[in-house]
Amino acid sequence: MDLAKLTISELRNQYESGDAGPKDAIAAIEKAVASRDSEVGGYLSLDFEAALNEAENADLSKPLGGVPIAIKDLINVRGQPCGCASKMLTGAYQSPYDATVIQKLREAGAIPLGRTNMDEFAMGSSTENSGIQPTRNPWDLERAPGGSSGGSAAVVAANTAIASLGSDTGGSIRQPASFCGCVGLKPSYGRVSRYGLVAFASSLDQIGPMTKTVKDSALLLEAIAGHDERDSTCLKEDVPDYLSELKGDLNGLKIGMPKEYFGEGIDGEVRTQVEAAIRQLESLGGEIVEVSLPNSEPAIAVYYIIATAEASANLARFDGVRYGHRTENVEDLRTHYQRSRAEGFGDEVKRRIILGTYVLSSGYTDQYYSRAQKVRTLIRQDFENALEKVDVLVSPTSPTPAFKIGEKTNDPLQMYLADIFTIAANLAGICGISLPCGMVDGLPVGLQLLGKAFDESSILRVAHAYEQNSEWHKNWPSLD
Amino acid sequence: MSEKEFDVGYVAELCRLELSDEETARYQEQLSKVLHYMQQVDAIDVSGIEPTAHANPVFDVLRKDEERECLDRDEVLKNAPQSAMDQFAVTKVVE
Repeated sequence: MDLAKLTISELRNQYESGDAGPKDAIAAIEKAVASRDSEVGGYLSLDFEAALNEAENADLSKPLGGVPIAIKDLINVRGQPCGCASKMLTGAYQSPYDATVIQKLREAGAIPLGRTNMDEFAMGSSTENSGIQPTRNPWDLERAPGGSSGGSAAVVAANTAIASLGSDTGGSIRQPASFCGCVGLKPSYGRVSRYGLVAFASSLDQIGPMTKTVKDSALLLEAIAGHDERDSTCLKEDVPDYLSELKGDLNGLKIGMPKEYFGEGIDGEVRTQVEAAIRQLESLGGEIVEVSLPNSEPAIAVYYIIATAEASANLARFDGVRYGHRTENVEDLRTHYQRSRAEGFGDEVKRRIILGTYVLSSGYTDQYYSRAQKVRTLIRQDFENALEKVDVLVSPTSPTPAFKIGEKTNDPLQMYLADIFTIAANLAGICGISLPCGMVDGLPVGLQLLGKAFDESSILRVAHAYEQNSEWHKNWPSLD
Repeated sequence: MSEKEFDVGYVAELCRLELSDEETARYQEQLSKVLHYMQQVDAIDVSGIEPTAHANPVFDVLRKDEERECLDRDEVLKNAPQSAMDQFAVTKVVE
């Protein structure tokens, strides 16, 4: 048996029966990486020795005892690199501390193993903006895995990881999960602490699980969720026992179809698969209701104004003084800043810093940033209104299956438009999940479910009910 | 969008990014398109609408002003490109 192909629950069963132990799992991942990751390129680095040491002392009585979890390269794990797939930090930075999610994973018994590739500083939708290496979609190596958590999605889909953590600022967990055929959950804003997550856009970022099944998603979310006084935006809300919420059919649940999300621009086959999934939700007892999100059209514009504005402020910290790349042989401080940043950052990061600086600059703030914040209020109200009428919303995760590597790299606007169905959830602060619901020409299609803020239970319940009545989650790419 | 309204070279100065001529020209073209797309927010009536800075109703989160454990100095300085005498070394600021 290849332990790397197991889910968290299946691996835990192996441990409980005594058929395998954590060291066997680490060894299985090492073997899987050696045979499958050279083509996919999902990992930037792995420290097997450190993981084996932790496996030695793993407490199997804990909920995630001895389970290795791959970590996106922008979450701090003590003693490991945290490069954000950027030349700014890669090779120049080692984390002096654990992020709160890592501390929580350790408390639950898990073992962080491996740094996964991403778009540099999480800016992108294809992982092509990685400053270090490309990652290929395990289903079709000519295609992108999505992004920005493309590495975290690809290692789960390629079965070179049991599960992983990603981060989602505008769809960066859900869209790669959709492209790679795994389950990706973006928790509500304030559900999971961001302490130790390298910040991109602070009013939008959330860390979340990327897994092979919905049950694993519930398990991992439960481990990382909850209040943290080191992140002032992380709320004091009780964390439910998500596993126990997965039971039951969908009787009495209302599922909303936002009519704006089923208009033009969706690939015909994607639409067919998503509509079939919605019929299945109906047959499981869900009541399908059409709803409206009237301010959907400006959402992408609003998102890229707000996200770039926040990014320009957050990335000002990379000054070549305290950490990160520093240029050589300069005499004055201004050139030191300008050249260190120019050498450390890649194209997309530079573009976004420039955009963000512009929309915050004197004379343009009212026209762009302040206005976008007001339209954000309208978008948030749209979701509040819709989610008063229904329990969850359903849509495709992405309008198309995975696109070809290189297809959109020269046209940033086209790349931004690929985020159409995912970004509004971040603006509104609500939760969302993507799970596989079909295949088009050998590529996975993702179904997105959105729920009220702090109601991850409902999206998990609907996702689980669908998954138990479908076969897509048993379907993995063949790379051996 | 005209360069008078949006001048990549000027904005790059503001955010301390040194750009090559090729980058300046390319970003000018690419970002003008993006900004043009962003201008659709102009058409929306936002009179009387409060701005949303972030999604949760949390304000002024304070903690007790007391000593806490912090990161180890030596470990932090290991990440500094240059350090001296237990401090970050910076490029000369005063003439």
